[in-house]
Amino acid sequence: MSYCRQEGKDRIIFVTKEDHEAPSNAELVADDPDDPYEDHGLILPNGDINWNCPCLGGMASGPCGQQFKEAFSCFHYSKEEVKGADCVENFRGMQECMQKYPELYPQEEEAESPPTDSDPAPPSTSEDQLPPDSPSAS
Amino acid sequence: MLKCRAAWRRLAPLARASSTLCRQNAKRAVLRNERRPDLNCSQMSTAPSGGGRENTLYVVLVGAACLGGGVYAYRTVLGDKQRYQERISEIASRTRRVEPEQQKVQTQTEPADPDSETAVEPTPVVPVLPEHAPYLLIGGGTASFAAARSIRARDPRARVLIITDEQDLPYMRPPLSKELWFSDDPAVTETLRFKQWNGKERSIYFQPPSFYVDPVELTKVENGGVAVMTGKKVVHMDVRGNKVRLCDGSEITYDKCLIATGGIPRNMQVIERAGEEVTKRTTLFRKIDDFKSLEKISRTVKSITIIGGGFLGSELACALGRKSADVGLEVMQMFPEKGNMGKVLPEYLSNWTTEKVRREGVQVLTEALVKNVNFKEGKVEIKLKDGRVVKTDHIVAAVGLEPNVDLATSGGLEVDSDFGGYRVNAELQARSNIWVAGDAACFYDIKLGRRRVEHHDHAVVSGRLAGENMTGASKPYWHQSMFWSDLGPDVGYEAIGIVDSSLPTVGVFAKATAKDTPKAATEQSGTGIRSESETEAVAGKMSPTLSTPIPPVAKDDYGKGVIFYLRDNVVVGIILWNVFNRMPIARKIIKDGEQHADLNEVAKLFNIHED
Repeated sequence: MSYCRQEGKDRIIFVTKEDHEAPSNAELVADDPDDPYEDHGLILPNGDINWNCPCLGGMASGPCGQQFKEAFSCFHYSKEEVKGADCVENFRGMQECMQKYPELYPQEEEAESPPTDSDPAPPSTSEDQLPPDSPSAS
Repeated sequence: MLKCRAAWRRLAPLARASSTLCRQNAKRAVLRNERRPDLNCSQMSTAPSGGGRENTLYVVLVGAACLGGGVYAYRTVLGDKQRYQERISEIASRTRRVEPEQQKVQTQTEPADPDSETAVEPTPVVPVLPEHAPYLLIGGGTASFAAARSIRARDPRARVLIITDEQDLPYMRPPLSKELWFSDDPAVTETLRFKQWNGKERSIYFQPPSFYVDPVELTKVENGGVAVMTGKKVVHMDVRGNKVRLCDGSEITYDKCLIATGGIPRNMQVIERAGEEVTKRTTLFRKIDDFKSLEKISRTVKSITIIGGGFLGSELACALGRKSADVGLEVMQMFPEKGNMGKVLPEYLSNWTTEKVRREGVQVLTEALVKNVNFKEGKVEIKLKDGRVVKTDHIVAAVGLEPNVDLATSGGLEVDSDFGGYRVNAELQARSNIWVAGDAACFYDIKLGRRRVEHHDHAVVSGRLAGENMTGASKPYWHQSMFWSDLGPDVGYEAIGIVDSSLPTVGVFAKATAKDTPKAATEQSGTGIRSESETEAVAGKMSPTLSTPIPPVAKDDYGKGVIFYLRDNVVVGIILWNVFNRMPIARKIIKDGEQHADLNEVAKLFNIHED
């Protein structure tokens, strides 16, 4: 059973697993999906790509950022049957650029298949604490 | 324009003089003419001739005066013109003299540039440092780098120039007082790489040097980039002219400017007054150099005392405490509060934390107020107000940060009197085209009020926001930053919002199991720095790895739980105590800003009994 203790202005509650089994009746305010201030994931509400998403790491901001943006945008808006089939040139350009900076884009990370729209998992799997642009190994 | 004005100014007194002369003459002439009829009314015949002779005299005089004035004016203006030209050519030659110096400094700081021709040949094609940067970021720390990345993401081909007075490229600070100390690598002070709990290794530098563009190339490189000028301090800001002046006299104009100058560690007056023997045995810890020197010292001295019981002091105490067993080092920590993190954690948790720190091998002296410090018989002697005396070899002062507001005066920027730092609005803007982010920014948080936050994640969040606003976003501070602290591998917490121990708190705890430690949390989520893991949720799932069993600490009343900080019955701060990967829920609760009747129900949302 849970029990409660008060130390001055601080209240301490100890709870067992059973105490917390019943679902919470705390009310949370519904999120507004169109909130302009809210940080969005990879895809913005209007369908555009959020280049500033922490999930992209520094891919869009590094020396090959321009090539990456072109390739990924082309893929994102591609209406081909095999998505991105018309973007081979862009991806090649991106890869050429990345080969010039092996420190930033380690070569073991070969041209990964770009993410699909439904799963917002991008090529690089990192972070928000700004580690290297190189997609980090999981 | 100026010539005319200057010339007119010089002419003015002359004009006045000559005009008064004219007026006086005219007056006299008139008066005399008037009077003459009265005096000489009977001698009409002689009057005109006498007046005529005098008149011509006056005319000649006035004419001569005017002519002389004109000649003088002409010569003055000509002289002025000459002097102006000389001045301009002198200034031009001055800047030309400065540039070769800058090139020499620049070539020294360039990493792989052995035979720079500019240093050898007398008149080569001298690369010119940028005189204009569309985006100028003052300060080369976390906030600045986050802003640079944000700008580059949003403005294609943006040219970003970072100016820092440190010699290092942008790096992250938390490992300097945590992970770097736990490294097994003896060369860690050189490589500055650390292995995280889960084995993943990385450098404290955000990016290797190849990421950055040479400042000299910045204006020319096709797709733009981020350039860093190290070892340069901005000393003056001209807001009207949209330019800054560096310590070497050169000026750089900007379109948008970010001030992210952070701060410098505070020192204690008793130490400053104690003389050179004490001050040279005192470390104010903040930068890479401080880490390197303290690491060296920790291997050579017998005793180190840390003054300060906050985040930095406690983390360093734990880090040094763990080393103490290996190298025979005595580690002491002293502070005025009753327990570690006394200003952050409620008293019962602060006491618990102090016990934890003691178990890491640190002698903790609580309620210790330093009265004076002396150097006696080869030891630094610290006398406390209650009479206790501590003898040690080296002091680390971790007593707070003084935000750097050097540019406030020249830039006409407001400084906040309550929190320190530059006062900015909710969108981090100080004045037109000037934003401030990071430790130096006292900003308006729409949810929690005006504050200034000195944490790593806040530097990232505010830097990113400033970068967005510099590229036209106009977003207020909305995404709450979080912070974390690990006191060894067994206790760690993440926190968000206003976490002030003077506020009433409600803590909901469960018993900890072996799986609830920071080490296990990072192993499971496969991330290094814990705050990464919450944004990992967007990036995709990571496969959990096996966590090595750690025996639970006995008598551990506060194994894991959630602590709510209340202000007027609204939750303004939350600590997740040994409970990880739940920051999004905490963030949501603070964002809602609701008054909850039963916080136990709110605590249920965190599922503290699960992993």
